[in-house]
Formats: sequence, C-alpha cells, structure tokens
Amino acid sequence: MREAAISIPTEVVAQPAVELEGITKRFPGVVANRDIRLMVRRGHVHAIVGENGAGKSTLMKILYGMQRPDEGVIKINGDPVAFRSPEGAITAGIGMVHQHFMLADNLTVLENVVLGSEPRKGGIAIDFRAARKKIKEISDAYGLGIEPDMLVEELGVGARQRVEILKVLFRGARILILDEPTAVLVPQEVEELFDNLRVLVGQGLTIIFISHKLDEVLSVADAITVIRRGETVAEVDPSAVTARQLAELMVGSELPSPETRDSTVTDVVALSVEGLTVRAPDGRAAVDQVAFTIHKGEVLGIAGVEGNGQAELVEAIMGMRPADGTIHLADADISSWSTLRRREGGIGYIPEDRHRHGLLLEAPLWENRILGHQTRRPNAKGPWIDRAGARGDTERIAREYDVRTPGIDVDAAALSGGNQQKLIVGREMSGDPVVLIASHPTRGVDVGAQAAIWDHLRAARADGLAVLLVSADLDELIGLSDTLKVILRGRIVADVDPSAVTPEQLGSAMTGAGEES
Amino acid sequence: MSPAAGGFLDRVSGRVKLTGWLSLAAPLLAILFAAVITAVVLLITGNAPFATFALMAEYGVQPRSLVLTLNFATTYYLAGLAVAIGFRMNLFNIGVDGQYRLAALLAAAVGGTVALPGPLLIVVVVLVGVLVGALWAGIVGLLKATRGVSEVISSIMLNAIATGVGAWLLTPALLAVPVAGSNNIGTRPIPESAHFPGFALIPGTTVKVFGFIVVAILMGIAYHVLLTRTVFGFDLRATGRSESAAVASGVNVKKMVLATMLISGAVAGMVGMPQLLGASYSYSLDFPAGLGFTGIAIALLGRNHPVGIAVGALLWSFLDNSSNILDLEGIPKEIVIIMQGTIVLSVIVAYELVHRYRMAAEQRRVSRELTGGTGGSGGAGGTATPEGAVSR
Ligand SMILES: Nc1ncnc2c1ncn2[C@@H]1O[C@H](COP(=O)(O)OP(=O)(O)OP(=O)(O)O)[C@@H](O)[C@H]1O
Ligand SMILES: [Mg+2]
Repeated sequence: MREAAISIPTEVVAQPAVELEGITKRFPGVVANRDIRLMVRRGHVHAIVGENGAGKSTLMKILYGMQRPDEGVIKINGDPVAFRSPEGAITAGIGMVHQHFMLADNLTVLENVVLGSEPRKGGIAIDFRAARKKIKEISDAYGLGIEPDMLVEELGVGARQRVEILKVLFRGARILILDEPTAVLVPQEVEELFDNLRVLVGQGLTIIFISHKLDEVLSVADAITVIRRGETVAEVDPSAVTARQLAELMVGSELPSPETRDSTVTDVVALSVEGLTVRAPDGRAAVDQVAFTIHKGEVLGIAGVEGNGQAELVEAIMGMRPADGTIHLADADISSWSTLRRREGGIGYIPEDRHRHGLLLEAPLWENRILGHQTRRPNAKGPWIDRAGARGDTERIAREYDVRTPGIDVDAAALSGGNQQKLIVGREMSGDPVVLIASHPTRGVDVGAQAAIWDHLRAARADGLAVLLVSADLDELIGLSDTLKVILRGRIVADVDPSAVTPEQLGSAMTGAGEES
Repeated sequence: MSPAAGGFLDRVSGRVKLTGWLSLAAPLLAILFAAVITAVVLLITGNAPFATFALMAEYGVQPRSLVLTLNFATTYYLAGLAVAIGFRMNLFNIGVDGQYRLAALLAAAVGGTVALPGPLLIVVVVLVGVLVGALWAGIVGLLKATRGVSEVISSIMLNAIATGVGAWLLTPALLAVPVAGSNNIGTRPIPESAHFPGFALIPGTTVKVFGFIVVAILMGIAYHVLLTRTVFGFDLRATGRSESAAVASGVNVKKMVLATMLISGAVAGMVGMPQLLGASYSYSLDFPAGLGFTGIAIALLGRNHPVGIAVGALLWSFLDNSSNILDLEGIPKEIVIIMQGTIVLSVIVAYELVHRYRMAAEQRRVSRELTGGTGGSGGAGGTATPEGAVSR
C-alpha cells in the first residue's frame, strides 16, 4: 500500500462529490469489486487506474446505477443514495460515457442526444427546436464544437466522444464518468478533450476518468486511485509519482516499450495494394488512390487522426466494403475475393470496434474462438464444427494471452474490455496468418498486457508475418513499425522513417501541418 | 441501446439458454399461471373451473384423443421447426402458413395424377411439397437479400397471394374434382398404395398414429445437428446474434438469408404432409389452415429448442383435442384459445423470472464459496494468477 501525501484537504471548496464505501460486487466466478473505498472531490478530475479486469468499469456501472452492489454505500454530495437504474443516477446529476460507444450511427447528433434523454413519461412530442438550441448552448459554453444536425456516422471518434459527453451534459450531469475516453484518440484529440475537461471542472463539475494511458492520467488528473483485482490499493497524488511507479502499482511490472530491435523485413511481398479507392455513400472518396506494399516480416504503420479513411481502408482490404483498385495477397489478385476467402487465404483481422465486428457478446468464449475461423482447423472438420478442437484451442489462447476469465463457457460479454481484446488478438494470431490487419490492437488493454501483445506481434513478425498496423497510439506506431505512412482525408500524404521521427513530428504530420514532400 | 434490454429480447427469443431443472421450472410455472387465468375466466362465465379441467383431462387421455394429440402434434412440430429456423437468425418467417398450404395443394395434385409405385409416389409427393415450400419462402429470401424488403411484410403478402393462388388452382377447371359424397371439392385422391402407413401405437382405438411422426422426429434431430454441429449452423446463429460480427467473420449474410429462408420453407412444405399422406389423401377446401401461426406460438413456447418445440407441440395439441368435449357440455371451447394464448405470454414472463432468480442464486453461491474459503482472490477457481502472467 502506498499513501502519497494528499495536498488537497486544506482547500475548503473541495468537498466530496462522490463517496463510495465498502462496495462489493460479485459475478459468477469472480469478485469484481471487494470492499472498495473511493472519495472524489468536487471540481476534481479523479482518475481510476488498474489492470484489465481490475473492476473499474464495474465500479462505475455501480455508481451509475447500471448494476447494484452486493454490499456498500454510495454517497452523492454527502447523501446516501441507492440507484435502481441509470435514471436514478441521472436525476442525481451523474452521467456516464461508456467504454464502448453507445451512439446510433444512422441518426443525427440531435436525435442521439435527445433520444437518450427525453423523459420516459409525459409528453409524446419532442421539442427538437428547443433541444437544438440547448445543444448549441452547451457546445459553445464548454467549447465542444458540435453541430447538432450532423449524422453520427460522419463524425470521427474524437467528435463522437464529445457527442457522448454532450449527451450527458444535456441531461444535466454535474458528475461525469468517462470510461477510457481516450482509447482511440490521437494525441491532438486527447489534448482537445483535456482542454474540454478543464473547462468543465473549472465550472465546478466533477469528472471520474478511467484510462490505461498513464502519461495522460498524470497530465490531467487531480487525484488518482489505483485498483488491483477488485480492491483499492493506493491513493496517489499525480504530482508525486511517475508513470513508471504508477504502472508498478497497477500490475507490478515496468512500463513497456514497443521498441522493435532488428529489422526482419524480407523482400518477399505479402500484401500489395494499388489505386485503392473507397467511396462513401455520398460519393466522396473516403479512401483515395491508396497504394502500398507490405513484405513478409514487415510492419507497416498507418498514422492518422481517426476518421481519415483508416476504417474504410481496413474494411476494403478485408472485403467488407466495395472498393476500386487491386489488392494482391502474395501473387494472387484477391480484389474480387469474399471476406471468407481472404480470411482463409491467411489474413487475420483485429477490428477497431470489438463489439461490433469482433465478438458475439452473448456466446461463450469458445464459440467466439470459432468466429472468423469457422471453416478451418481446429474449429472445423469439413462441414462440421469441431467442438473439442475449438474448446482446447480457446484454453490455449486464454493461457497464452492471459485472458482473465472464470472459464471458456462464460459469455464474451462477461469479460472486461481489455480481456475481450486479448481474446481477439489471440484468436487472430492463431492459425499462422500471413498478413495481419490490426486496428488498434492494444486498445483498452493495460500496460502489462500491451507489452505481452507487442511481444507476440514481434515474435510473429520475426517468423515472417506481415502486419498492417493502424493505431492511435503514436509510441506503438513508431516503436513497432518498419515503415510508416500518414493518412489524411483518405490519401497517403507522407512516408515517415519510424527510426527518425518523434511523436510530436508525427502528430503534426497527421494533421497536415507539417506536410512533407 | 441499453445492454439490459437487448439481453431481455434475446431471452424472449430463446437465444439465452437456461440449464438444469430451471429450464423445466419456467414452462411449468407458466402453465400453472395460464391455468389460473383460465380458471378465473371460467368462473366469470359461470362455469366450474375444476370440473371443466377434469372433464378435459379425462377426455384428453382417452385412447382416441391421445392418438389425435400425437397426430396434431406431428404437424405442429414441423410448423414450429420451420418458424424456429428463421428465429435463430432473427428472421421472422410469418409466411409458413402460405408456404405449407400451397405446398400441400400442389403435392396433393401431383400425388393424385402421377402414376408411380406407392413408396416412390410418397417420396415424390413429399419432395414436391418441400420444393414448393422452399420456392415460396425463397421469394421472401430473395426480396430481402437483393432488395432489402422486410421478410415480415413480404411473407404476410405472400400468405395472401398463396390463398388467392390456392383458390384459383382448386377449381374444377384446374386441379379440383368433386369429393365423393359431399359438395366439397378437392384434388384427385392419392392412390391407396401411396398412403403413409400409420401405427396402431395405442390400444383401445382403431385410429392410427401418423407414420409421419417418425419423419418429424428425424427432422427435429436434423435441426439440432444442423444448428449446433455444423459450420452452416454456426454461421446462421452468428448472423442471428450479430450481423456486423458475422460479416466481419466472413459470413455472406445475403446468402445466409436466402439459404435460411429456403430451409425454413422446405420444412414448412412438410407441414401438410402428415395430414395429406396419413388422413385426408387429398387437398380439399377443408384442409387444416392457420398452422403456420400455431407454429409461431409453438416455436416461442419451445424457445427454438428441438425438445422444447416438441413439448410445446404436444401441449398445444392436447389442449386442442381435449377441448372438443367442451362443446358437448355447453362450455365454449374457445376457452382453450385463451389458455393457449396465456401460456405463450406467461412462458415469456416465467423465463425472465427464472433467469433473474438464477443470476441471483449463482451470485449467492459464489459469495458463499468465496467467504467460506480463505478469502483469497479468485476463490471459485476463477481468475488467473497474476504473478508471472505478464510476460516482458
Ligand atoms: N456481466 C458480467 N458477468 C460476469 N462477470 C463480469 C461481468 N462484468 C464484469 N465481470 C467480471 O468482473 C471483473 C471486472 O470487470 P470490469 O469490466 O470492471 O474490469 P475493468 O477494470 O473495467 O477492465 P478493463 O480495463 O479491461 O476494461 C472481470 O473479471 C470481469 O470478467
Ligand atoms: Mg473496463
């Protein structure tokens, strides 16, 4: 245990907005929270850190009324409360932005904001005019820069994140819970978000913030609580610790470094893409004449602010989206192949949105092992599913990738976000892929697991795996990539040498500021 | 959007499974509840509930009623399976009704006109039924796969069209001949050599159990194997659970929609066969109608599980048959329809209650084990050990 000096008690204003006392929550086979104590002062950004499955999301869902604690007391502004549902929490001024986005793509910002918050009882007609005005006001007041009439699917992740925040502010939240809001944001967006957060706390709001990115935590938080396997193990003052110390508190290991040592790049082409163009529904080119080649043993990194065509590029390579141009897998032209055939041809796929594209949440883990590999060993023999094979291999993945689970028969929904990610990475690295399309492969995993995944990637790369790496984590991009390309508005605008570039330079290249010729 | 709501819908449609005795407790509770409601209705309408139930039970277990129960259930079971296949993929095939009627009509017409040796003719008749059912459902699948037309809308329309086409075909100018000894019309009777032999399974009555019951049982087994043991079944269930994840995994959803509708329709095409080949031997104006809708209720009752559907079919059929006595006693037999409706509704509620009970019980069990143990982490053999788990 470590009790770092807390410098705040002298301030009179900072009285507790949230107090959790002795919170315990059990799930079948796991104690997610055990006698947790937490005090969050008003006007603070309070960070909660801890490894995957430590119980952070569970604790926040309890505070937000989504789950009920087995034991313990919740106090808001000093008063004990017992929420039966999120509505209760919202009434008490608590809002939550979830680890996984909960916006409807095909609706506008306005509709998304209003639909979530229009009162359940009473008036049938929704006053859109008033709502639009209020959204504008909130957006201006806190500098969120949101247009109410944009379609959500047209927004990048950073903007979606702000819509989620606006949605809770719209409902009158004074206490905001942000569960891993920065997982897919690039540094500039993170900075913008933090500026927004500072404005919010400046106006007396309270923010509880969960993240695995310890540098960010240190830069934005006023106080930090460390949770380890369901228990609070330390309260630390951000000015008194380093990221390294924080990591040690969390997982008992050092901060990982994504550094790749020797180059393993060969001159055998594994995947080549020429003139790839993907059109958005409105006819605009979301991906515009993209070309690149990845050799065996090479990691090609794609750097870019989210929403500049990365998702479309990846989905076009996977055959999930129609595209013009040609794609070659080794010597074969796979442009007209189905997704299944591409996967069978040896392309592994780690999707950016694990809930939408990576998992069957209501199916057991071993069935999730089959997903995407349903025609191949060890999951299938001809037209038959090989249960024993799939189950055995799921056990192996859980072991090798440290998926923390009570067993392989639990549903994927019961795993913590980071553990779901580890399962997917393990699955896609199985069966000796020749090419791995990895979107944010370490999204939402803790520092220890991140190091382990990097190790797996490096080992596979040394064995000749070609990787297309899309990531918002610039250290990861620079450290793992052999070649680095910058994507902006659907075009490759720059080639960068990963051994010579700093995260800052890369960051400005991504926004088009430092466009190199 | 809320995860809890999604979970509830999945439980309603039976995609979340219950295990052990609880899976039995839910339907039993529901039946009990339905009985209570029915009793109340009986009381209000001035009938004695217990006497009525006793009457039905007594009549229902008579040999002849039992045979009829098995025979109806055979038909209901096939209808339930046809609907359930669609349900597992989130496809709501309301069109089973039109599919089986059109299939039975054309199969009967072929059976009455084509000259073939008996067993071969049976095979041909069934095949025609299967093909017609599949094709009629295939239209729905094709419309959805190519044009995105909701299967609910198109299958309702195709039901209406099937009724029209059936009425047009079943005229003397085309397929119909007068039925001997009545003013009914129907297709030419199927020759006796091609009657599906029944079994005298239950002593004390001359009525035979449909031989087709064997086919129905085999279809149930095939359904189970297809869904849980084959890659196709995995793809089907995956699509039903999450279409986006299925697409990313390489499933061609359009093909799956078409294939599933074809299979569902093929099974629907068999729904009329037990009756056609085991009892009426021709399709006439009084051929049983509405079985497709019964199938929907039974698939819900049985939670799309092959055994559950069988139980649902037997129960439904037992109620249908035993209610025949009520008219004789001056009690409206429609009371049974109320009962059947209540059962479906309360089964849904009961499954939800049992589900919640199970969650709570499991958590209590875990906490008991954990506090009973050393109090160390991961008591129930749960969480992986952290030490050494992180590789560097
Ligand atoms: N609905 C559920 N049913 C069963 N177990 C659950 C459920 N939700 C969470 N758990 C378990 O509770 C533990 C804590 O999970 P939680 O999601 O709170 O972790 P977390 O700290 O948010 O992790 P991450 O950083 O990976 O998001 C995990 O072991 C998880 O498997
Ligand atoms: Mg979490």
